[in-house]
Amino acid sequence: MTLSAHNSSSHLNGGAARTDRNLARLLALLAGGCALLLVLILGFLLLEAWPLLGSGGWRAFIRDSGWYPLEGQFGIAPMVWASLAVTLGAIVLALPLGLASAVFVRFYAPPKLAAGYRLLLNLLAGIPSVVFGLWGLTQLVPLIASWQPPGASLLAAILVLALMILPTVALTSAAALAALPADLLAGAAALGISRKGQILRVAIPAARAGIVSGALLAAVRALGETMAVLMVAGNVVQNPSSLFAPVRALTANIALEMAYATDLHRAGLFASGLLLTLLVLLLAWLAARVVQRAPRGSVYE
Amino acid sequence: MMVFTCVPGPGRLQKKCLGKTYSDKNATARAGLCRAAVALLGLLLLLASQSLWAASQRLVLTGSSTVAPLALEMAKRYEQQHPGVRIDVQTGGSSRGILDARRGLADIGMVSRALQATEGDLTAYTIAMDGIGIIVHRSNSVAALTDQQIVAIYRGQIRNWREVGGADRPITVVNKAEGRSTLELFLQYFGLKNSQIRAQVIIGDNQQGIKTVAGNPGAIGYVSIGSAEYEEQRGTALRLLPMAGHSASVANVARGEFPLARQLNLVVVGQSSPLAQQFIAFAQSESVRDLISAQFFVAP
Repeated sequence: MTLSAHNSSSHLNGGAARTDRNLARLLALLAGGCALLLVLILGFLLLEAWPLLGSGGWRAFIRDSGWYPLEGQFGIAPMVWASLAVTLGAIVLALPLGLASAVFVRFYAPPKLAAGYRLLLNLLAGIPSVVFGLWGLTQLVPLIASWQPPGASLLAAILVLALMILPTVALTSAAALAALPADLLAGAAALGISRKGQILRVAIPAARAGIVSGALLAAVRALGETMAVLMVAGNVVQNPSSLFAPVRALTANIALEMAYATDLHRAGLFASGLLLTLLVLLLAWLAARVVQRAPRGSVYE
Repeated sequence: MMVFTCVPGPGRLQKKCLGKTYSDKNATARAGLCRAAVALLGLLLLLASQSLWAASQRLVLTGSSTVAPLALEMAKRYEQQHPGVRIDVQTGGSSRGILDARRGLADIGMVSRALQATEGDLTAYTIAMDGIGIIVHRSNSVAALTDQQIVAIYRGQIRNWREVGGADRPITVVNKAEGRSTLELFLQYFGLKNSQIRAQVIIGDNQQGIKTVAGNPGAIGYVSIGSAEYEEQRGTALRLLPMAGHSASVANVARGEFPLARQLNLVVVGQSSPLAQQFIAFAQSESVRDLISAQFFVAP
């Protein structure tokens, strides 16, 4: 629109405006299509889960202590807790490690080493989850089992997931640190603040919105991860009471049983999917709020 | 059926196509276009009928992941002997095999157990037998377990191998996920309900079970004897336990002596197609015996 104001030819002006309008319409249509797709998916999940939800089955999610769909028991709550526990554990491990490697890459590492390290992180991010799962099942689980049987446990799932989301945390944190204005650090240095102070008191607080939203993005990935968790978590439906106890995540529940499920059992699995989607939406909303409430560069204020 | 031909008109500049007469100066060109369209339509119809004919020579099998590898090998050999036939084999569990056969999504369902009373609408053809064997880690010193001991272990009443004559080591009970036919057979044989079992690990397929037991000296699980025997021979750290005095081996399943065995069935609903009938007859014939033993199953 700014462009057309400078344009003297009314014909050209109208043409440009029309093109602009058409483009806006096309983009709105495409964006609307994406939003519609999400609504359709949610609707589909709701429809498929309805045989169970509609008959008051959602009360069974909390009431029933166990998940035995063939015997009419649909206790989903332990799996929600397990999914959250696995995700939380993975974030608690991956966030300090990822942030530390981001700080190292941004402030301390010589350029060649930093480039090599970044390459390594990208490689780690590219390893398929089933490979992590296989490694966990054949190496990590026996190791834990020799110490605290059965080995397949909340801890194994947390360790494997932490490794999987570490690159996401490290790369987004590094990007957030790199996006800080150069004069911010220069100003801190000019004030005579030590290197440690510059990083801990200036750089990290200023980049915290990017770091936190990166961590939430990683949490979404951890929550949705299926194959690796299925292979190492033990898949017993129970509240996560100990690090060494086996648990079943919502995703693993769907993957383990979907191929074999019929009728209400199937509806129960779709209900798991619905809950999982709602959890992911909640996390995404949180991430959006964090970015809104702490705009980048707020340290200036 | 309509006749798609172009009839030349009587006049010099009159052309006919599909009963319409073209008589203006572009008659030749327009009638030519019409003829081309008709020819294209004819070609499409021909192609469609061809693919329809091909579809009648196509067979879809879905169901049990235990039966699928065997059915796939049989299908390959059948396709070799009958060019023009295409057989699709898809897995998804015995429940899906029954569901797809009933809904008509599959011509033949694969089911790794005998049919239940509620499944009287289906006809089953046994193509092989498979035994379910109890497996423990190779280092486990327990030589055998009675049925009562196995039940007590799976119900969480016996929690240490010491109580059944083994080393002082906690027992890791490995169970299968809900809906699997191996689980159904196991529960049925021992008279258990799934909610009575206190498991420490729940697995999906046989391979996951084998890897879990081989990686945990205190584990006990149950998988298809064929796959366990194969892994045992390859040196995987597991051991099959005998049941009721019969050693868990493919040979004993063949003799019908092993108590915990199941049928591998092909099931159809009502009147199946001639091709499905032919394939089932082929799968039960002598000419696939080598395929059955190559997969560590037992011919019925």
